[in-house]
Amino acid sequence: MALVEIRDVRKTYGGVVPVLNGITLDVEEHQVVCLIGPSGCGKSTLLRCINGLEGIDGGEIRLHGDRVSGPGVDLDALRRDVGIVFQSFNLFPHMSVVDNITAAPIKVLGLGRKEARERAMELLARIQLDKKADEFPDRLSGGQQQRVAIVRALAMDPIVLLLDEITSALDPELVSEVLNIVRDLRQEGMTMVLATHEMGFAKEVASKVCFLYGGVVHEEGPPAEIFSDPHDERTRSFLQRIIEAGRL
Amino acid sequence: MDESSEASAVDRTRAPRPTRQWKPAPPRSVVGLASLAVLVAAAAVLSAVWTAGSIREALDSLSADTAWVNVGLYSVAALAMVLFVPAVKGLQTAIEARRLIRIDLAEARATTADAQEKSRLAIGYAVAFAIVLLFGLFLIANEIAVGKTFFDLGLIFETGALVASAFWVNVEIFMIAEVLVLVWGLLIAVARLAPGRAGAPIRLIATAYVDLFRGLPAIIAIYLVGFGLPLTDLPILRDMTPTMFAILALTLTYGAYVSEVYRSGIESVHWSQTAAARSLGFSHSQTLRYVVVPQAVRRIIPPLLNDFISLQKDTALVSVIGTVDAFNQAKIIASNHFNLSSVTTVAVLFVLITIPQARLVDKLIERDQKRMRAGG
Repeated sequence: MALVEIRDVRKTYGGVVPVLNGITLDVEEHQVVCLIGPSGCGKSTLLRCINGLEGIDGGEIRLHGDRVSGPGVDLDALRRDVGIVFQSFNLFPHMSVVDNITAAPIKVLGLGRKEARERAMELLARIQLDKKADEFPDRLSGGQQQRVAIVRALAMDPIVLLLDEITSALDPELVSEVLNIVRDLRQEGMTMVLATHEMGFAKEVASKVCFLYGGVVHEEGPPAEIFSDPHDERTRSFLQRIIEAGRL
Repeated sequence: MDESSEASAVDRTRAPRPTRQWKPAPPRSVVGLASLAVLVAAAAVLSAVWTAGSIREALDSLSADTAWVNVGLYSVAALAMVLFVPAVKGLQTAIEARRLIRIDLAEARATTADAQEKSRLAIGYAVAFAIVLLFGLFLIANEIAVGKTFFDLGLIFETGALVASAFWVNVEIFMIAEVLVLVWGLLIAVARLAPGRAGAPIRLIATAYVDLFRGLPAIIAIYLVGFGLPLTDLPILRDMTPTMFAILALTLTYGAYVSEVYRSGIESVHWSQTAAARSLGFSHSQTLRYVVVPQAVRRIIPPLLNDFISLQKDTALVSVIGTVDAFNQAKIIASNHFNLSSVTTVAVLFVLITIPQARLVDKLIERDQKRMRAGG
């Protein structure tokens, strides 16, 4: 049994615009699954469905075999255990860096203020931002903000971490500092699902690469296979265009 | 990549297209503007002297001690002479600039700009000065009719303390009402954002309330509450004083306005903030309390203060239910003396408390705009 099982998930926006047209996907424990594909193929929507930020119209999602989609599911409980990091960081601008990280552990998990702060400082030290703990997010660079956002999600000790194009809003020279954290997390065995345009990175870290197109998984397999010997015509032309743009 | 390098290869084989010549443009003459500035300054001085003379005559008819008043009046008129400084300099500079055109174009441009600036300065100050003069004339027209009716200093000093103490009632009303409005408005705003289908009836009621009290003139709300509720003879309500009814009516009215301010503030917080909070396991109400409302409050302080200024001014409406506030007190004095100067006192008091708040709002808006320009 996979850690996350996605079965024939369907979703439309407003009942008219189809986004997910029957996605089936397994995420095993300690796996890093990379979702690639053109804009609008449903990568971000899929991630947002996994932690219940968006509802689904058909199919089901299971976490440790327990169905976490459909009516009656405690979404707050689900989201406590399934972390997500967004493209544009979404740090809380009115809270200091350390408060951004401790807010949910204190208010949601009921951790003591002191304990939460200690844990946050440990996490910040790991990303070399412990000196910025009491700064406000607008004083940080994009790369630093995104690192804090990752740590904010980690502070909830998630079972799975979803990363939604976390480097797309960054200046090129800031991308590596964020990707290094993902590399570290992979070393530690964190289960992750990434939507990404960083093909080189996907090739390097992915246990499995899924090419999404038109709301379905067109092709999936180990990175070596997808990137060097794609079977699907659409996968080939997508990767061809990325190579032409000099991005792979 | 390939396409663009091919295109540039083709370009290189062609002869470059010749660029059109740039004809240096001499600065436009501002001698006309500068002459106008001198004329305006002269007109200002003449009318200042004439106005000073009229005011002196008017004061003579009051048989006031006019020796030092004369000095004051004519020195104000003399002040108008200062307008000649930029005006004349502007004209000189404008003529100099024309001479420079044939010698040094860059210098001519700079000199022209300088002349223009000086002339505009003279005109700008002259216009402001003329408006002040007009107001002075208005005060003394018809044997100081306006001055005596609105600014009878004797009466103002005589009754000032009485009016000021009655103004305390207004202060009391708006201070209490403001606190209540802050809480009540937030409550309504949150009710209007009640989530889901179950929240629909709550949203409907809150919306109906806001529509009702935003449409209802404050004076009618005060009238209905202040005169109507005592008639109902309901417990608690029958024991309330007119001041309490005034506070209640203003809270109901301004609660509706302020709830809209809150709501726009809450809705101005980007949905990605809600997504971030919910993704960390915050519930709907926790998200509002810890993430959305704290950010909204910062943004709504300027519009909130504007509503508070309106609320403070509307405390003058409570006179319709017989509360003896500053306005009511002043009206009593005014009808006794057949002179409105005591009402002027009230007006001044309201303006005095409003100005610092208005400036504060300006400051806050400016600060916010600076922050926006700085990129968040």
